[in-house]
Amino acid sequence: MTLKELWHRLGSPRWFYRISGPLAWVLGILALVLLVSGSVWGLAFAPPDYQQGNSFRIIYIHVPTAIVAQSAYMLMGVAGAILLVWRMKMADMVLAATVPFGMTMTALALFTGAVWGKPTWGAWWVWDARTTSMLVLLFLYFGLYALRQAIPRQETAGRACAVLAVVGVINIPIIKYSVDWWLTLHQGATFRLTEAPAMPPEMWIPLAVNVLGLYCFFGANLVGRLRAEIVRREARTAWVRALAAGELQTAREVSEDEVLRMGPGPGAGR
Amino acid sequence: MNPKRKQRLMVVLFLLAGAGATVALTLLALNENLNLFYPPDQIVSGEAPTQTRIRAGGMVMAGSVARQANGLDVSFVLTDYEGSDFEVRYSGILPDLFREGQGILVQGQLGSDGVFKADEVLAKHDENYMPPELADMHRPAAPGGDAE
Repeated sequence: MTLKELWHRLGSPRWFYRISGPLAWVLGILALVLLVSGSVWGLAFAPPDYQQGNSFRIIYIHVPTAIVAQSAYMLMGVAGAILLVWRMKMADMVLAATVPFGMTMTALALFTGAVWGKPTWGAWWVWDARTTSMLVLLFLYFGLYALRQAIPRQETAGRACAVLAVVGVINIPIIKYSVDWWLTLHQGATFRLTEAPAMPPEMWIPLAVNVLGLYCFFGANLVGRLRAEIVRREARTAWVRALAAGELQTAREVSEDEVLRMGPGPGAGR
Repeated sequence: MNPKRKQRLMVVLFLLAGAGATVALTLLALNENLNLFYPPDQIVSGEAPTQTRIRAGGMVMAGSVARQANGLDVSFVLTDYEGSDFEVRYSGILPDLFREGQGILVQGQLGSDGVFKADEVLAKHDENYMPPELADMHRPAAPGGDAE
């Protein structure tokens, strides 16, 4: 399949629905394995920090949620641009399906940051550039969520959200570089692409495992939500009706089967 | 790409560039005010306002922490290790991470005598995490900087 073909196929909800069933499962199982092993490793077996002791372990939740929250927003920015230029309906569904997860991750990153800040900094919240720009990200997610609910016509709502998503992308480099551009209480980046992490492997490997695991969880969640969104939006098309009729048929056969096998259900003999 | 899409792509790029430029100019104009605290050289040079509540930051100079014998009063010197330092007086409980050589943020008033009267002390930590044993090997000479 050439790239161009893939591009055209990705635009087809039906094709995506057909191939994505196993994808959600694979990503979900990967996420479970990675997140459980990364968290147990990080929270129980990784060494404590020389200054912060055990309170540093919240990094194993805080950093993955913050990274995925920003990546989810970048994905929405790209989907928004595709929707505005190519009018691809799948792009609007991606936009709609990403918001809840990204919003949750942003809120979690802010919450875990506050919990970490209290014992180490001495304050739950400080209005420095990093924390404030992350709060702006949360409000952008709120805005995207509210905007879609506020506009009844799907197509208009999609385009409005796309514009907001694209413009909001500007906040992402601000979050990333806030700790370099200004004096902040928040420390510098934990992971940098160009340098080795500033901690020993027994500390950063579980963190990397959790980051990867949370990406898989995000992927599984996105695919699951996309599938639901596809069925909801395409409910009137022939293929979804056929799908529903087929499932109803299977469900009926299964329940009839069970009735035959188990005899009269519980309660029938009373 | 057909002309219509090309046109829409230009609109999207223009939107992004315009919004980006607006934000960049705003942040540039606000640049000084986006810093959370004044570094020691600005405190010493008099750039920081006196008699008003501000935040200042720096590293706690080794050997400068003096605690009152009975009480919570403490004084210490914040430095940038580049020749600028100023004295801070504070009365209260210091955060757990407070130690000599640690980055610290203080909030309070800078007096005209150059002494900073703090009513809040926050600890800053960096992105270098290490296990206690490793920290012992790395900096055996750092006073108070090693694990307890």
